[in-house]
Order: sequence, then C-alpha cells, then structure tokens
Amino acid sequence: IFTWATLRIERGAKEKNHHLYKPYSNAIIAREPTSLEEEIKEIRRSGSNKDLDSASEFEMSDIFYFARRGVESIMDDEVTKRFSAEELESWNLLTRSNNNFTYISLRLTVLWGLGLLIRYGFLLPLRVTLAFTGVGLLVFLTSVIGLLPNGRMKNFLSEKVHLMCYRICVRALTAIITYHDSENKPKNGGICVANHTSPIDVIILASDGCYAMVGQIHGGLMGVIQRSMVKACPHVWFERSEVKDRHLVAKRLSDHVQDKSKLPILIFPEGTCINNTSVMMFKKGSFEIGATVYPVAIKYDPRFGDAFWNSSKFGMVSYLLRMMSSWAIVCSVWYLPPMSREEGEDAVQFANRVKAAIARQGGLVDLLWDGGLKREKVKDTFKEEQQKLYSKMLVAQLKPCLH
Amino acid sequence: MGSRASTLLREEEIEEIKKETGFSHSQITRLYSRFTSLDKGENGTLSREDFQRIPELAINPLGDRIINAFFPEGEDQVNFRGFMRTLAHFRPIEDNEKNKNPTASEPLNSRSNKLLFAFRLYDLDRDDKISRDELLQVLRMMVGVNISDEQLGSIADRTIQEADTNGDSCISFQEFIKASLVEKLCETCF
Repeated sequence: IFTWATLRIERGAKEKNHHLYKPYSNAIIAREPTSLEEEIKEIRRSGSNKDLDSASEFEMSDIFYFARRGVESIMDDEVTKRFSAEELESWNLLTRSNNNFTYISLRLTVLWGLGLLIRYGFLLPLRVTLAFTGVGLLVFLTSVIGLLPNGRMKNFLSEKVHLMCYRICVRALTAIITYHDSENKPKNGGICVANHTSPIDVIILASDGCYAMVGQIHGGLMGVIQRSMVKACPHVWFERSEVKDRHLVAKRLSDHVQDKSKLPILIFPEGTCINNTSVMMFKKGSFEIGATVYPVAIKYDPRFGDAFWNSSKFGMVSYLLRMMSSWAIVCSVWYLPPMSREEGEDAVQFANRVKAAIARQGGLVDLLWDGGLKREKVKDTFKEEQQKLYSKMLVAQLKPCLH
Repeated sequence: MGSRASTLLREEEIEEIKKETGFSHSQITRLYSRFTSLDKGENGTLSREDFQRIPELAINPLGDRIINAFFPEGEDQVNFRGFMRTLAHFRPIEDNEKNKNPTASEPLNSRSNKLLFAFRLYDLDRDDKISRDELLQVLRMMVGVNISDEQLGSIADRTIQEADTNGDSCISFQEFIKASLVEKLCETCF
C-alpha cells in the first residue's frame, strides 16, 4: 500500500507540474575518504608538470584543499544527520514523515484519513490501556515477590513475572520483533551491549530474556518502577552523584558480573540515542571490566513507525504517544556470538571491534564519532591532529631550506 | 518536522536562486533542507554557532575562516540567499556555460570569482593585499603549534618572494592568480 501511495503522490505532482521534493535521491556531492597528505599531493601534482617528490613546500593553493573539505562538510556531513529521524523513500501514510503533504488526490486523502482514524481512534486507546496494565502489574507483582526469601523459587518467579510484564508492554506498542540466533543469548555473568535508538530497546530485549538493568535512579513513576524491580532481582541503580565517579561505577559493575548467579548486565555504550542508521563511538567503560561481552544488534524497520527518540525535540510522554499512534514497531534483533578481550588489545580497540560486528550485522554505518556530539562541541584535539598532519608534510621538506 | 521544507520556499524564490547561482531545482531544495536542519534557532538564518556545530567543519584548521566567508561585512546572521550565494562559488564550471551571453553579469562560479573567494580567505582586512602578517596568520592556523615561528616566517618570506612581482612585499590579487599552481588548480579542485 505504501509504495502505491508514494507513486500516486509523484504522479499527482507531475500532473500539476509541481516539483517534487525527493529527500532520498542524489546527494549533492560524492565524497570519497582520502587522507590529507594524499589529497594535497594529488592537488599539487595535477597542477604542475615537474616531478614533485622533492618539492613538498608550502603553496598558496594548499588552502584550496581545506576550503573544499570545509564547504563539503557544510553541504553534508556524516554526524549531524544521525541525530534526527531518518528520511524514507516511500511514504508510510503518517504526515510526520513526509515533507510533501499537500492535497493531491481524493483517494489518497481518504486513505490517509482512514489511517488516522484507525490509529488514533482504535489502536491508541487499546495500547494505552495495555501499557497501564503492564506497568501496574510489574510494580505490584515485583513488590509481592520481594517479600519472599531469597532462593530458587524467588528467582524463578521473578523471571516469569518480568517476562510476562514486558511482553504485555510489547503488545502495548505492537512491536513485532524477530529474534535471530537465539543460541547466542547472553548468559549469567556477562555483559550485553547493544546499539541504542530509543528507550524501547530495553523493553524489546527484556521481553526475551532477563537482564540486570543499569541506570540512574529517577524520581516519580520511573523511580517507583525501579525500586520495585530491585526487590525482585538485583539491578544496578546509581545515585546521581555516583554516576560521576567512574571507578565506583566500574567496581559495582564488576562485582555484579563476578557473581555468577546474577543476571547479565544490559548496557548501551553509545550513551545516547542515535537514529538507527549508524553506530557511533562506544564508551570504553563497559569494556574495561573484563567480562565476556555479548553483542546484540537491533535494527528497526522505519516503514511502519520510526522508533528514534529525538530527546531534544520530544519529551518522553509525547514520544510514547507517537510510538503508540504509529502503525507498529517492527524490528529485528540479532544475538551475536560472545566476544572477549584478546591479548594485547586495549579497551578502546576491543570496543571498536564489537562495534564493527554490530554495525555489520545490522547493516548500519560504523562511525568513529562520539554520540556525545549531539549536545557538546567537538574536542580541539581533533583539530590539532589535522594541523599536525599538515605540518609533518611541510617540515619533512623544510630541512634543506633552513640555513 | 514535516512540512516546513517545501512550504517555506516558494517557487518564485527557487527560480530567483536558480538564476543567480545556477543550481538546479532539486539541488536547491536539498540544500534548503540542509539549511533548515542546521538552523537550530528556527528563525530562518544561520549564526556562526550553527556552523560550528558541524564536527567535520569544527576540526578543519581553516574552519573559522570558511565560516567567516558566509557572513557579509559586520553581520552575524546569514539567510538562505546568502548561504546559497557563497556555496555557488563551489559549483563546478560546466562547459555549456562558457559560451553564454557575454553581456550577462559574471556567474558566481566563474574562475575569477572562485579565485577571489580563495584570496579572501587570506586577506582578512579586505584591503586587496595579502600582507606578510596575514599570510603568517593563515599558515599558523594550518599548522597549529607544530612549527616554530622562525620556520614559519621563512616559509612566508619565500612564498612572498616568489609571488611578489612589483616589490611591495605584499601579494595582490593579480599576483595571487599568477602564483604557481593556483590558476591551474582552481578549476580542478574547486
């Protein structure tokens, strides 16, 4: 149905001689990754006839290279577009994802109106009720279980309760999840890492297995949920003040991991929500602990509903409402085989290796940029690196020039 | 958000920009979408901070100079027209343009306009001359702290010596154009 809708819009636009805004096709520029030195040498070589191996001196035209790179990044860069929702090729009948929504044909508008009615009138109330039921049950039942003495019965019941409540929540969002490779599911004493697109990731993973969550203690409803969950099985909740202390965090995590009876920890090393087209830098903290890492790749299908949470645009409540009024959330979860840190590999390299595996499996772009760039400025050290590279080129040939 | 892109840019405006800059219709709408996504304040203009939020631009040693090129004298905001006008310098020269009507005003991406853009990256005070100081400033931006003042000074002196033909120890626009490689390279890499 969706492709039909798009084609219809396109045809309608052509008939009226409007120019269609096609966000997906032909990017303005084609960029290939090359190194600074190669490019400057290439530039000089193409301009001059003489053999240039001896004369890598400063030329006034060197600024062309920097100017061009700068303007290219103004036109399109890899990082800023990861922090807003992905653009789709075919329209999925939600106004929010289409820039072209003007009156094109009666049939299309009727279809859209019908969709609106179904979504808001029927699906939304159903889902909201389910969500309340799920959360309410979770809080109630976990508190009840907390009253039992520690032991196998408690763990067993807690597992059942958690799974049931999460599955209700999943229905509340109409999330259609496909799990792949379940034989690699995380085991006790390990750490599960996944790419982060929205808070729903937690619900999706937790409805298929039991994890120990890691996070800050919130006030309000979230706090109530957190406190009651802890009664049933151990999670790792931090006070706000404790979060700043990295050693404390690392110690608590490694304590938890070493206790083999405790559930695997669920961590999102990117630190922030990325729009599911790429995987950004993993923070090395969770990779320093030395436990086995179970990578998980989560990929959402944006055609039925975009799950990305743009936290600077939407608050939690409006985000959940949008989720519940989309058609559905369709996603695939891949459990990747466990990895451990190898000899001679430091935490950063290990993190990058895991990240590459997740990106490959999910079909996402593997980026080295830090997800923290969503809110903060880039560090000056990167600029200094560029400067250093350029200076090396100049200095190498400077020596004969000096007296 | 959804419908801003096509409703805020009217057909007449697109036609005007097309005439002025030579970009095609789809390129203009694409760049408009880019403009609005950079415009965090949502007021139709970009400020210097909006540019600096692009990480790849922020780590470019000449980033600040390039950003400067977008803002006309003394102003802190650039609107979409100004944005497109500056970007037009980087449009490749197409063959069918070379034979256009000679009385029409020179297109923004003509060779001499591209060279003027590059010249202005050096010439900060817009006095149409690149002095030794201005050259040193740009050199310093490109190499950071990795080269000493004396070495940098000797590079600057050598460059001025080679390019300066009228002996005033500054590089004028004409001398800049003749400086080795500049003229030939401007077409291939701009």
